[in-house]
Amino acid sequence: MKILVAVSKAPDTTAKITFKDNNTVFNEDGVQWIVNPYDEWYALVRAIELKEAAPDTIIHLVSVDESGADVILRKALALGGDEAIRVNCKPTDSFSVASQLAAVAKQGGYDLILTGKETIDFNDGAVPGMLAELLEIPCIAVATKLTVQDGQATVVKEIEGGEQTEQVSFPVVISCAKGMAKQRMAGIRNVIAARSKTIKVLEPVSVDQLTEAVSFELPAAKTGVKMVEAGQEAELARLLHEEAKVI
Amino acid sequence: MSVLIYIDHADGQIKKSALEAISYGAALAKKLNTTAEALVLGKVSEDLASLGAYGLSTVHQASDEAFDKADAGALAKAVAATASELGATVVIFAANANGIAIAPRTAVRLKAGLVSSAVALPDTDNGFTVKKVVFSGKAFAHVKINTPVKVITLTGNSYPVEKTEGTATVAALDIHPETSKITVTGVQMVEGEVPLTEADIVVSGGRGLKGPENWNLVTDLAHALHGAIACSRPVADDGWRPHHEHVGQTGIQIAPNLYIAIGISGAIQHLGGVNRSKTIVVINKDPEAPFFKAADYGIVGDAFDVVPRLTEAIKALKG
Repeated sequence: MKILVAVSKAPDTTAKITFKDNNTVFNEDGVQWIVNPYDEWYALVRAIELKEAAPDTIIHLVSVDESGADVILRKALALGGDEAIRVNCKPTDSFSVASQLAAVAKQGGYDLILTGKETIDFNDGAVPGMLAELLEIPCIAVATKLTVQDGQATVVKEIEGGEQTEQVSFPVVISCAKGMAKQRMAGIRNVIAARSKTIKVLEPVSVDQLTEAVSFELPAAKTGVKMVEAGQEAELARLLHEEAKVI
Repeated sequence: MSVLIYIDHADGQIKKSALEAISYGAALAKKLNTTAEALVLGKVSEDLASLGAYGLSTVHQASDEAFDKADAGALAKAVAATASELGATVVIFAANANGIAIAPRTAVRLKAGLVSSAVALPDTDNGFTVKKVVFSGKAFAHVKINTPVKVITLTGNSYPVEKTEGTATVAALDIHPETSKITVTGVQMVEGEVPLTEADIVVSGGRGLKGPENWNLVTDLAHALHGAIACSRPVADDGWRPHHEHVGQTGIQIAPNLYIAIGISGAIQHLGGVNRSKTIVVINKDPEAPFFKAADYGIVGDAFDVVPRLTEAIKALKG
């Protein structure tokens, strides 16, 4: 079995989000970068678990980004994976990333392509579906369980108010969410070994930019909390009913 | 040129998120001086002509039951073909489990730019720019779509359902899905609870509740409010509650009218997932809990005393 895991660089989940240049650019000053949690905790770790169960499995990691993402690919390699590929271009929108990934996937003959359900910066969740459409293969989005047997994947995915079990033959794109795998840490020896592993750098294919983020804004700050004394819960209920008008 | 809205349904019922998408699409069509039309693939038991009350001129329906079992690839193919046939310039989906699967594939087929998780009507004064959630709720981006055809998915609870009067023309479409590559082998619904992403009111518990055995505090209040239940990440990680109830940056992002947080301190990752809620109530025994700064109403007190009294007060109010 051959697995491709797509990983992205993302700001740490505790990062304070600010913008610069008149709110047109994300302010990267002081931001710690991590492997996008959905890509790492669920897609990559599940791929590693599958390899542990079937050792002849090959895992390739791929990221569409500039050289700053090498450190992220090495972090991912420290957890597991046989080879890392970086497509050398800025990830501008979901379609551009999906198109670059499709070019890599077409060369690789992968059975399974795993991604996170979304990145925690742009939150589109669109790359897996676009990639699958470009490759003309099925995609299961927001999967919480994945098992494989005889060239078939059995997947549990979230739907409104419950979950659904689906079956599909390889090749398939699966976007991964919580529940898929147990989070793990890389051992120090693997971290050191990953530093000297080769990252294969590919030049991008030409893609039209279909969308562009022209500006950003922060949510409006709350005007101030109205405190109610413990014991005055009836007053809170009244405020929610008469003032906020939400119950 | 028209706005085409994909109507998501399950078990023959049109989802609330689809009604939001229709209202959004109708308002956009008005802005663009064009018509709002909808597409239903599969069997729906509701009267489609009545959807005219939400601003639709025409509802196109392909009633082949095979669509009810069709996978996202087959559905996207049908949506894209219909959009092209009708000359639709904007295609709108709800940003739910089906929307996230079908919209990206439809966008690729139509060579259309996609904005996922929109929260407001597009700005059409200078091009076509859509406001969407980014950084998991910590910010918004205004994303310009540069293609002639646009695809948008609409975040739940971000646009009101607007119902007036009117009747839509129902037009039968003679199209059928291609063979699906994905087979659904089982569906497990969580019985008796309101789906989190469709809920107007959400009651959420954190580690301050001390253990899963105390969750009746959360569920009793949620049931009194006809709301959904949720939890913070540590609670899901420790197995007190199932993962699908986890709201926050790496869980589900929600924007209900009312969010009540019990025993949740309000870490930045949690706030990102809930800060678009219209009204936030925080109950915490620690007056320094950061969540109070993001709240509209707060009570400093022991959840084990405060919450049962609040539940009773709400029952009394609702009579």
